[in-house]
Amino acid sequence: MLPLIQNEIVEKNNWIKEDEFLELLAMAQSAPGPIAVNVAVFVGYKIGGLPGTIITSLGTVLPSFLIILLIAMYFKDIRSNSYVEGFFKGVKPALAALIAVPAIKMAKKNKSGAVGTIVSLLSLYLVAVLNISPVWIILAAAIGAILIK
Amino acid sequence: MMIYLELFLSFFKVGLFGFGGGYAMLPLIKQEIVDAPHLWLTIEQFADIVAISQMTPGPIAINSATFVGYTVTGNILGSATATLGVCIPPFIIMLILSKFYFKFKESKYSEKVFYILKPAVVGLIGAAAISLVNKSNFIDYVSIILFAAMFIGAMKKIDPIKLILAAGAAGIIIYG
Repeated sequence: MLPLIQNEIVEKNNWIKEDEFLELLAMAQSAPGPIAVNVAVFVGYKIGGLPGTIITSLGTVLPSFLIILLIAMYFKDIRSNSYVEGFFKGVKPALAALIAVPAIKMAKKNKSGAVGTIVSLLSLYLVAVLNISPVWIILAAAIGAILIK
Repeated sequence: MMIYLELFLSFFKVGLFGFGGGYAMLPLIKQEIVDAPHLWLTIEQFADIVAISQMTPGPIAINSATFVGYTVTGNILGSATATLGVCIPPFIIMLILSKFYFKFKESKYSEKVFYILKPAVVGLIGAAAISLVNKSNFIDYVSIILFAAMFIGAMKKIDPIKLILAAGAAGIIIYG
């Protein structure tokens, strides 16, 4: 999604400068919530203040909202179709792989040393095995970071 | 009316604590919609929505909010409520950050926090992957072969949408 965002706001419309975009991206990734929405809020605010923010956010959210709404409305009816059933049976084991790979790649790029490895494994264990809420993991990580440094 | 409030609050929580983007938000979304007390979707339905999100554009947090909102209430208002809930926290936080952009830029505060938060998020993504390895998603040896094939494909940086479609096509041929 990021190349598309960059193309729209930097290259096509010149709303944000190239180097500013990289800083914006860092900021959007460090705030919670979907990155596309976060970028939209920033660009909207810069161009048109609060009204601009509302418009860009709606613009980002509406397409997904409408597509998924349409799918949700008819999904029940088509889900039992044997082709759809077969499709999902094939896709589901693939999903686990598609999500595991980015985690492995991110873990390899770990810049926090041994502390990072321990934190990753601990967070994995607490959530996957003990079913602890990720809310606690996020809070503990943020508070822990402030206390340590 | 209660169900709308619950939907709103649940997805508000997802929006507020959903650090690290789509995959990292999955365990949080799962906990809110699959686990007690809500039990809004079964783990099978949760995997359905993850699959749909992978194949459609747009952030998974919004996709799951829209989908769950409709599934739980059976109407558009439910969808809109959940979607609004997930968008409001990032909206407010980003608005504040945008306003104090230059101050934020110079603070080393966020760098410090990310020293620990980033690896924690990696763990959350790993947990999301593990939560999808279950009996309802892995039904036979074909599942394991598909998993292995897609794992290699993803490591080799093949476009995830192509991998999903390939896995789906294989599913139709084998099970359809």
